[in-house]
Amino acid sequence: MSEETVFELLHSELVNYVIQNNEKTPEYTEVSERKEEDLSNLEYIGFFTGFRMIERLTREMPRFKDELDTMKFICTDFWSVIYKKQIDNLRTNHQGVYVLQDNNFRFLTRLSNGKQYLDVAPRYVTFTCGVLRGSLANLGVDSIVTAEIQTMPSCKFHIQVQRS
Amino acid sequence: MAVCVAIVGKDVSRNCLEANEITLKYTLMIYEYSCLFLEFPKFISCLNPDEELSFQYKVLSSLDIVEEKINGINKASDNRELFLGMLYALETHKIYGYVTNTRMKFIIVVDSSNMALRDNEIRSMFRKIHSEYADIVGNPFYTPGEAITFKSFANNIKNIMTGTV
Repeated sequence: MSEETVFELLHSELVNYVIQNNEKTPEYTEVSERKEEDLSNLEYIGFFTGFRMIERLTREMPRFKDELDTMKFICTDFWSVIYKKQIDNLRTNHQGVYVLQDNNFRFLTRLSNGKQYLDVAPRYVTFTCGVLRGSLANLGVDSIVTAEIQTMPSCKFHIQVQRS
Repeated sequence: MAVCVAIVGKDVSRNCLEANEITLKYTLMIYEYSCLFLEFPKFISCLNPDEELSFQYKVLSSLDIVEEKINGINKASDNRELFLGMLYALETHKIYGYVTNTRMKFIIVVDSSNMALRDNEIRSMFRKIHSEYADIVGNPFYTPGEAITFKSFANNIKNIMTGTV
């Protein structure tokens, strides 16, 4: 139990750190007027975390057959390592769009159970978007990852594979 | 005991493609030269440092077979193991390959006269190298994609090569 809390606290401090750093920059006022926060640093940290971590996580895995096989790995093994549960629902249009739904997302469960704090919720899923993008990039799948939150603590991650 | 271990980056095929375009325009010599340049291994370690260049040539020429194996010329066999087995045998050496899920390629060169090393030993050697590599990627001082210059890593690989681990 205590081990799990450490990771969650580290993550929320990471979020605080990035937000506070943003506030120090001179352009902050402009950004706050736009009502949109700049979370790209947080996403960037996530990207490198995922990129480095995936080498270790896939060490014992057989080679992935195709993209869908990779996604299945992300939904099961990968998710249980980081979030201690599996993805509840995976959908795809078989043309490079994947939607991963987690009904009880680890970073959101302790925040709220409903619509309260919905405006700050993006802060707590950005890191995960980065981790997903980084992991997939190292596995050879270039993608754009966005998140969608309607009611906490459930969350949907949209993965759009970029084909060149 | 292996005589050479090499780690080659993931974006080799793309480099080869670019090199191929050059070949069309110029000559085969330029092709070989640019291949050497672009696909310079991320890490290479040989028991006898004087032979490094000739081993590099062997490693680079085996990469085409690696590509062939993972892109599945014979997909029916459906071999999804990371260890690719023996790539090819020369008069003096045997060359083995291993590709991680992240498309990093590991190559081991063994003396042909060495009968003690069977597939299973080679496989476990590759697994140890993979563990070492995963540790290095987790090291914040290493930037993925660059050459590996860690002394501790070189030492560990040497130990795996000589079978002292």
